[in-house]
Order: sequence, then structure tokens, then C-alpha cells
Amino acid sequence: MNKRSTWALPYFIFLLVFVALPLILIGVYAFQDDFGNFTFSQFMKFAQEEETINTFTYSIEIALINTVLCLLLGYPAAYILSNRKLNRSSVTVMLFILPMWINMLIRTLATVALFDFVSAPLDEGALIFGMVYNFLPFMIYPIYNVMQKMDHSYLEAAEDLGANPLQVFRKVVIPLSMPGVTSGIMMVFMPTISTFAISELLTLNKVKLFGTTIQENINNGMWNYGACLALIMLIIIGCTMLYSDEGSAEEGEKGGLI
Amino acid sequence: MKDSVQTKTPCFSLGKLVAKAYLWALLIILYSPILIIAIFSFTEAKVLGNWTGFSTGLYTNLLSGGVNNMLIKAIENTLLIAVVAATVSTLLGTIAAIGIHNLHGRRKSVVTFLNDIPMLNPDIITGISLFILFVALGISQGYMTVILAHISFCTPYVVLSVMPRLKQMNPNIYEAALDLGATPMQALRKVLMPQLKSGMISGWILSFTLSIDDFAVTLFTKGNAGLETLSTYIYADARKGGLTPELRPLMTIIILAVLLLLVVINLRKKKENE
Repeated sequence: MNKRSTWALPYFIFLLVFVALPLILIGVYAFQDDFGNFTFSQFMKFAQEEETINTFTYSIEIALINTVLCLLLGYPAAYILSNRKLNRSSVTVMLFILPMWINMLIRTLATVALFDFVSAPLDEGALIFGMVYNFLPFMIYPIYNVMQKMDHSYLEAAEDLGANPLQVFRKVVIPLSMPGVTSGIMMVFMPTISTFAISELLTLNKVKLFGTTIQENINNGMWNYGACLALIMLIIIGCTMLYSDEGSAEEGEKGGLI
Repeated sequence: MKDSVQTKTPCFSLGKLVAKAYLWALLIILYSPILIIAIFSFTEAKVLGNWTGFSTGLYTNLLSGGVNNMLIKAIENTLLIAVVAATVSTLLGTIAAIGIHNLHGRRKSVVTFLNDIPMLNPDIITGISLFILFVALGISQGYMTVILAHISFCTPYVVLSVMPRLKQMNPNIYEAALDLGATPMQALRKVLMPQLKSGMISGWILSFTLSIDDFAVTLFTKGNAGLETLSTYIYADARKGGLTPELRPLMTIIILAVLLLLVVINLRKKKENE
């Protein structure tokens, strides 16, 4: 009908070169040895390296702990923020969302500063605190978003039909807020599993996460092995995404715009 | 009427108090690290936590460039990369949005799908995949590769900022301009652009913020010729063992700048919605 559809072409080519091709290359490199021959040896190496496997499972463990803690702390906060009887100020909401936009590295170093300040040891506890501190806003924001759009006549209907506040919460609020919970879990779990650098800084190199292992391999010129590990991470992330596909992807956008 | 019911039952006001206390406790935990950095940026003690009297010495050190040239250079690099990446992303993204808006069916979903990937991809995967791309193509890494990488993760947000403007626009106005004898270029400049301007500005600010905020992608694409941006500089510095005192005022300034940008974006958004 009109030629303006061709205007998408330059960006389409850009996307192919700088988004699609790089991801394909990760797959290609993962199945190559140093000389460019096809091989499964990178994956065999991963399966046989006890230290890497341990780091891998430990990272998933930490990501799960972090996600659960963020959910336990964030869900009540999102509920209170979205409840007009308990909170009317949009400034409070903004205060919870603003930290999402401050550089993760700066927030991590600020956590280190806090632990130094109260002279608490930088160990696994610091790592978990730092993670929860970094990712809590990413849990609160999507849940708050969904709860705020929730049709309150459902709650009133439940009240009118004789449900007590606990029942209303359990039978109406929680089911209706599930899409927000799903995207909150995604927004916390996926970045946690792929973090690097944060754990080194928070624990003075005592604890290593999978992201750091990948980074080290790439830095040391082990590109194929690094690509193989990156592919494994990509697969886990892909599975998480498929699993939560019903949770609305729209909420996954980086927040901050209220 | 509802309110009057609640004030009668004291358990509700207690609940409200607990709820408020919970929110404030969380906020205090969320902001205390930042506040500590900000407070201790006004004292010159080497070790954080020691208070050696109020002083703006660290700020003057930082701003006069007395600290070291590396830091000043890193700030310059960050701003340069952010301005170039945001500007190119805004142009590329706006033109792309016009194109995508006019696409239909399968083609539209393919481009939209590709456009979503950079927003969903974790930083480390984006960084490594681009690193491997540059290695495979034999491109030496430096300013150019960092800027290209930043454009690749900023442009999708520009497309998303401009799209809603296009949907609101009356498509006949553009056609009318053509009928009245404007060349497509003139119609673009005088008719389309003014209507898309607010979306483009939001997109630019968003891209700028994302670019100065980025750490992971920059780390993998900056090469090893000594190119540092603020975040990679801070990272390298922190890894050497603790924070240089001058980073405290720097971090305070960055946090304030980001907050200011956000307030601007939100105010613009509010104005647009009205």
C-alpha cells in the first residue's frame, strides 16, 4: 500500500547483525574446539569439572533463595502500596521504584559500605542481603502494577458475600495477582542467575557465581568453553521464560515510569 | 461511607499502622546504603565510617580533576558514548518505528520479536554474544564496538517510545502533505517529526540513561586498549581493594543525576497523558 514499510529495513538488518547473529554465534562457538571443528567436548568438560558444576548449582540455589526472599518481602509491600485504604501517596510508590534505575554496581558498593559501616562480615550473608537489596524493587513493581489494575468490585463482592478479610486475601487477591507474581519472579530470578561481579565485591572474592565463571573463561581466551557455559545459561533462562509464558510479558519492561 | 465504617473498628487503624511501619522499614533498608555513601561523601576520611569533620574536599578534588586523569577520562568517555549511542538509537529507532507501524502480518511479528530480544536478554549474554561477534568478524574493540553494543540495547526502547505516538496520529495528514506537493523528505521533516517529537525525546533520555547505567555489556565490548567508562572504572577500582574516597562524591552525583533524569521522564510522561 505504501513504501514506508521499507523504512523498517535498515533496523531489520541491524537487528540481524547485532542481535540474531551474535546469539547464533554463541551456539556455533559452543560446539567447536579451538580449531573450529565440531565437537561436544566443551559440554563434556562442563560435566566433568566438579568446581564449575558446584558453582552452577550454588548459583541456582542463591537465585532461588533470593527470589523467595524478594517475594516474601515484596508481596506485602506491593499489596500495601496498591491498597487505597493503606496508602494514598504516589510518592511512596515512586520511592520504591527509583532504586531500579541506580546502577547495580553502585548499589552493590553501597551495600559493601553499609556492611563496613556496621562492621558486619562480608560473607554469604552479605551476598544474600546485597542480592535482595538489589532486586527487591524488581519484585515489587510488577506485583504492584497488577494489583493496582485489579478490579476492586471483586473484593467488595467477596466481602458482601460474607468472606472475612483473610478469605478475601487468600481466595481473591492472591489468585488475581498471580500474573504480577510470575513476572516478578522472572525479573528477579533471571537477572540473579546471570549476575557477575556482584558476588566478588560483596564477599571479597570468597563466593563465586556462575556468571563470574563465564566471564573468567571469556577473559582468559577460552571463548568456546565460555560460549558453551553462556549457552547453558541461555537455555535455563529460555526455560524460565517458557514456563512463565502465561505471565504477561508486558510487565517485564524495565519499570520506573509510573 | 466505607471510611466511616473502618474508623469505627480499631483493628483497622492498627493494621494501617503496621502497614505503614512495614513500608517505612523497607524504605529505610533500601535507602540506607545510598544515604551512608552520600553522608560520608562530606568527610575526607580514607576509611568509610570514620567521620573526620564536615568537608567538601572530596567534591573539589573530584571536580577540579585533582584525583587523576583516568577518572576524568572515564567520565568523558561515558558521556560521549551515551550521547552518540542515544542520538543514533533515536534516529534509527524512529525510522524503524515508522516502518514497523506500516508493516503487517508475519513481517511485523518477526521484526517485533527481534526488537524484544535485547530487552529480555540478560546483560551478560548480550555482552558475551557481541564480544564473540566482534571476535568472529575480526573487529578490534574500542569506542566503536561499545557504541554499537549500546545502540543495540537502546534502540528497542526508542521504538517502544515512538510507537504509541504513531498509533495516535492521523495517517491522512502525511498523505495530505504529499498531495499538496511536499516531497516525502519534507513531509517527514515538517509533518511527521513534529508529531513524533515527544516520543523521540523520551526515547533519547531513556537511551541516555540506559547507556550511562550500563556495566556488563560495556565490560565485554570495550576491548583491552584501556578504554574505561565510569562503571568499568568503578569496578576496576573496587576490585583493587575498597573504594577510593573520591568515588563517594562521584556516586552521590551519579545517583542524583539519575534521579533527576527520572523525574524529568515521569513529568514528561504525565504531561503527555493529559
